[in-house]
Amino acid sequence: MSPRPGFVLEVDRSTPPTLFWHGERFRLERLPEGSRVIYAPEPLDPLPDPAAAIREALLHPLGDQQPLPALLRPGMRLTIAFDDISLPLPPMERPDIRQLVIEEVLDLAAAAGVDDVELIVALALHRRMTEPELRHALGDRIYDAFAPTGLLTQHDAEDPDALVHLGLTDQGEDVEINRRAAESDLLVYVNINLVAMDGGHKSVATGLSSYRSLRHHHNPQTMRHSRSFMDQHRSELHSANWRMGKLIAESGVTIFQIETTLNNDAFPPPFGFLQKREWEWGVRDRMAFVGASAVLDRTPAAAARQVFHRVRAPHRMTSVQAGEVEAVHLRTTENVWKQQGVPVEGQTDILTMGLPYISPYNVNSILNPILVACLGLGYFFNLYRGRPLVREGGVVIMSHPTPWEFNPVHHPSYIDFFEQVLSQTTDPVEVADTFEASFANDPWYIHLYRTGHAYHGVHPFYMWYWCAHALEHLGGVIVVGGDPAAVHRLGFRAASTMTDAIEMATDLVGRSPTLTHIHTPPLLLADVQ
Amino acid sequence: MTGSVSAGHGSARSLLSARVVRSEARLGPAPPVRARLLARLAPAAVAKAVGSRRFPLVAPSWPEQVERPEPERRVGLDYDTAWARRYPVRFARALLLDNITRPLATLIAAPDVRGLDGLSSDDAPVIFAANHASHLDTPLLLSCLPLRFRHRTVVAAASDYFFDRTWKAHLFAFSLAAIPIERTKVNRRSALLASELLGDGWNLIIFPEGGRSPDGWGQGFRPGGAAYLSVRTGRPVVPVHLAGTRQVLPKGATGIRRTETTVTFGTPLRPEPGEDVRRLGERIERSVALLADEQSSDWWSARRRAASGTTPPLRGPDVAPWRRSWSLEPAPSRAATRSRWPLRTGADATTG
Repeated sequence: MSPRPGFVLEVDRSTPPTLFWHGERFRLERLPEGSRVIYAPEPLDPLPDPAAAIREALLHPLGDQQPLPALLRPGMRLTIAFDDISLPLPPMERPDIRQLVIEEVLDLAAAAGVDDVELIVALALHRRMTEPELRHALGDRIYDAFAPTGLLTQHDAEDPDALVHLGLTDQGEDVEINRRAAESDLLVYVNINLVAMDGGHKSVATGLSSYRSLRHHHNPQTMRHSRSFMDQHRSELHSANWRMGKLIAESGVTIFQIETTLNNDAFPPPFGFLQKREWEWGVRDRMAFVGASAVLDRTPAAAARQVFHRVRAPHRMTSVQAGEVEAVHLRTTENVWKQQGVPVEGQTDILTMGLPYISPYNVNSILNPILVACLGLGYFFNLYRGRPLVREGGVVIMSHPTPWEFNPVHHPSYIDFFEQVLSQTTDPVEVADTFEASFANDPWYIHLYRTGHAYHGVHPFYMWYWCAHALEHLGGVIVVGGDPAAVHRLGFRAASTMTDAIEMATDLVGRSPTLTHIHTPPLLLADVQ
Repeated sequence: MTGSVSAGHGSARSLLSARVVRSEARLGPAPPVRARLLARLAPAAVAKAVGSRRFPLVAPSWPEQVERPEPERRVGLDYDTAWARRYPVRFARALLLDNITRPLATLIAAPDVRGLDGLSSDDAPVIFAANHASHLDTPLLLSCLPLRFRHRTVVAAASDYFFDRTWKAHLFAFSLAAIPIERTKVNRRSALLASELLGDGWNLIIFPEGGRSPDGWGQGFRPGGAAYLSVRTGRPVVPVHLAGTRQVLPKGATGIRRTETTVTFGTPLRPEPGEDVRRLGERIERSVALLADEQSSDWWSARRRAASGTTPPLRGPDVAPWRRSWSLEPAPSRAATRSRWPLRTGADATTG
């Protein structure tokens, strides 16, 4: 049976309670009659032979690009850059897609006699990956061949010697990227497109760039004009990256882009109920849910987090395309929409969402309050094309415990941002104007970013900017089950139950509001008509 | 006087009765014990017992606007019986067959087994082809098989009857090692499965008539079953005649009547060089008819009639239905059954 498309369910008396993620726990909520629940399409069938599909893509590239073997020659400098730990979510079962693709590329490079090959993790301002994480992403064969000799490096956006300034775009934006990548004869970028936002020129122009370059599009103004990030044609973030990408190409950097898409099979069988529609839960699903809930409710959050971060997603590759960046990205985006797109009629007064334990920025870490805000308002709110799911002045209700908890190794600057910045203002523009420079140039944060496993000092600002569009658009944000102190610090309101939250929301949107729930997992993209 | 005493004395019994009367007046008459037990085992009651009557402890309701898909049922020909041939299941089935099915079959049908001397273990795996008049035929035949065949035999059962519901499929796959077959035609899937099982050393019981006799006469053997498999695999066919089972449990009956039965095994038939399915099918039918004749007369007389081509056919006379029934031998009455301790005989039952 072919996978069923996504659809919108109208809640009536016969609808069973709806599943909400709640951090490391789950909630079953009975939504008011007349509410809508958006369900994602079922996982698409994977490619039967991924290795053959990758080879085919490398030999028959899209757009104005030669086949990869024709670009490889002895004596050349080849750099392979790839996405970091932030993709995919949750991390996929071995073998990771990056391993499959890079092994094929290296086979061709070896056949062509290319000696000078270097692998770079496209971190941008993210934390450096650990050895186990790299081994998981690349496989032991690649790691052992490149890491011991220093040919597997992690992009350092604060190393002046490792960066090169390529010039300014026609809008005056600095383009500064990794020197090795820029000075190579060929840059192969290996990407995983989990959502429509990923990939394209954003891969190199963001993943391999520096703060000097990133600040031009990672700011409140750009974010507010990206409606949404998932719609490349209406996203200022993408426009800026495309301008930078064109400049990079004009500077003589040859990029061979390889993009892949995954199906949305995100959780293995013990958590299979997460992927199903509630009325289709069989006895096994219900028992798994009851058992998991009973155990998780009695487990300390830290232990539950450890369990969940060990989950490996059974994602499978649904497409791979290679060649010229824009042509590749066009096809990739189509394939992402094919998996995640759901047509939705009209906007809603209240948008509800259950937030999981994981976001792109806390793999093997804590989803701290800033990341909760970013996941809800930056990502879930932006899972739309056309118009936002919630009307202007509407309310977003998120379900997450939002503990006042941070990982000091991964998120040191987040702690200070939460204590020093959000305690004074939550206005993204004021935050940017008043505080950004001091955090971005703080030598201690820079040191931790370069030598430890810390996100850059400016990263919490970017997370807050990520919310800028939603904060401007919405009348209010309510967090169900959230720590009141942490929630108030974010400028949101805390509610104990979903019923309370809906009641509180009516103060802002009026009596008898319409309500829409984004049912995740799996991920979906709403095509709002 | 008596009435005033009983009204004036509040004995425990009368008080209890009064309480029951009041309770019934309030709640209506109490349901029978069985219904109450069943109600206690219902999922909703279990959920209530553990503190909730709601999803997810009970099954979810189905939203009205969502079309309910046809449940994917792996029944009929698609039912996978491989589990029933694994060792733990075989062991459990052997226990069932030897300790329950066989004694029961002996008790109810008192089989007189003949012709086993013609069956050698060197012939295994074989195809047992028998006439079919009753649901009793399969357990009886299984019970009568020699030990070296009994626990390594599968039964070809009609997929539309024995495998149409999941519970039935589970039950018959376990208890009889049944495999689903298409009874009206040669189905590639069922033929392949049967061939594979014969190749793996499993014996096969098949009823070439394709169903139980409606009137007591045979229905004619279909060449698609035993003969086809024998030609395809080269395995011998053992003709078997079952007599008397219709008297125990005829088609459409709801009760069992204890009667003596006879199970006659014939000599294994091998497909001859160049023999096609149709010819072999006819030979099998003739062999079973010979066994029937042998059962109703004696071996030598039956052989002589066979040699002269006058063996009575299994299918009976080609006349009106009532005359076909009329020409059958009358069923033995209950009074004629043998006394078998500890159960009372039919005569005892009628007199006592």
